[in-house]
Amino acid sequence: MSHQDQHTEHAAVHSHAFESTEITYEHEPAKNTKKIWKTFWILLGLTIAELSLGLSHYAFHIEGGFLLLFIKGAMIILSLMKAVYIVMTFMHLGDELRSFRLTILIPLLLFIWFIAAFLWDGVAYKDLRHKFDRIAPTEQVRPVQPENLN
Amino acid sequence: MSTHVPAGFKWWSGGKSPYNVSYGKLMMWLFLLSDTFTFGAFLISYGTVRVSHDYWPDPNYVFNAFPFMGHANLPLAFVSLMTFILIMSSVTMVLAVHEGHKRNKYGVQKWLGWTILGGVLFLSCQAWEWTHMITGSSPVLLDGQVQYIGSTITMNPYGPVVQGLTDHGHAVTQTGPVAFGGFFFGITGFHGFHVFSGVLLLVLALVWTRMGRFEKVGHYEMVEKIGLYWHFVDLVWVFVFLCFYLI
Repeated sequence: MSHQDQHTEHAAVHSHAFESTEITYEHEPAKNTKKIWKTFWILLGLTIAELSLGLSHYAFHIEGGFLLLFIKGAMIILSLMKAVYIVMTFMHLGDELRSFRLTILIPLLLFIWFIAAFLWDGVAYKDLRHKFDRIAPTEQVRPVQPENLN
Repeated sequence: MSTHVPAGFKWWSGGKSPYNVSYGKLMMWLFLLSDTFTFGAFLISYGTVRVSHDYWPDPNYVFNAFPFMGHANLPLAFVSLMTFILIMSSVTMVLAVHEGHKRNKYGVQKWLGWTILGGVLFLSCQAWEWTHMITGSSPVLLDGQVQYIGSTITMNPYGPVVQGLTDHGHAVTQTGPVAFGGFFFGITGFHGFHVFSGVLLLVLALVWTRMGRFEKVGHYEMVEKIGLYWHFVDLVWVFVFLCFYLI
């Protein structure tokens, strides 16, 4: 509450005189670029972590199973963290009003259904393939003849 | 950063923007929200088709080439460089926006220039990668014969390895799922098109800055709006990178 007077003192109506008459309140320019560079190092670190996870299952020949699922899940979480830093800091959504932030972010919840429903559909498609597919003639692998081996 | 607004201020009482953003910025955000769903739909359809197959190519084997390195096996090295270029150009973009807030014309020009360079570099990398994938050839067992094919929207040489069969020292594979090329070229192409239009917008912003247009208007909001679009392009790449190269 003690800051209230200071805020009022700084209040400045910024109207875009040449383009329109709409009224918005200006954001105070950031004092330095510290936050930008900090976010850059965080993004770089997250990318390196993602890459090492991506290469690890190649280097250690992890071909499937729970461990591979865990590595993929970790890479998804790291990507989502990168997305949050880009949107909140680089796109300055974190500095906008709460009502505006929610207007942009709430529709994204639709992706929960979107991803779940369509991956579910993909699995159902796979089950149908297993049930009904015949191997196409071009995909059949001929027994290897000795003269083909170099 | 804080808005200079007293506590208890009524945003929705009329006479001003209740979101405290200009019309143009609000519309840019809503466009980006809709574009998120466009890219989301592409990537999710890729996911649907991919989980419906028993076999899918491992990106560590598909993306292992680097310019001027011949046949050296360098999994994910080139795409890491591309990712780094795009992150870096996002940083220079946000620095241009920062200089715009301070009304520093020369700062804006300098950082816009670096951002354009980053965008052009990224596009050049993508051109090399596409050329390498389309013209590069791998031995594939096709119609009972070993044939050398590249990766296109109708052919995929990255199938399962044919046990015990090699050709000139290379392991021979079966053909892989055809959908791989369609999704890869379609989605990275659509992203590349976004990068390309972003570069055009950045060049326009640079010309306008040099002409002193934003000094006359009194603010650099156009640079902010184009910046939003540019960061979005970087944001999409985070997920393209995840879905095609990492998972």
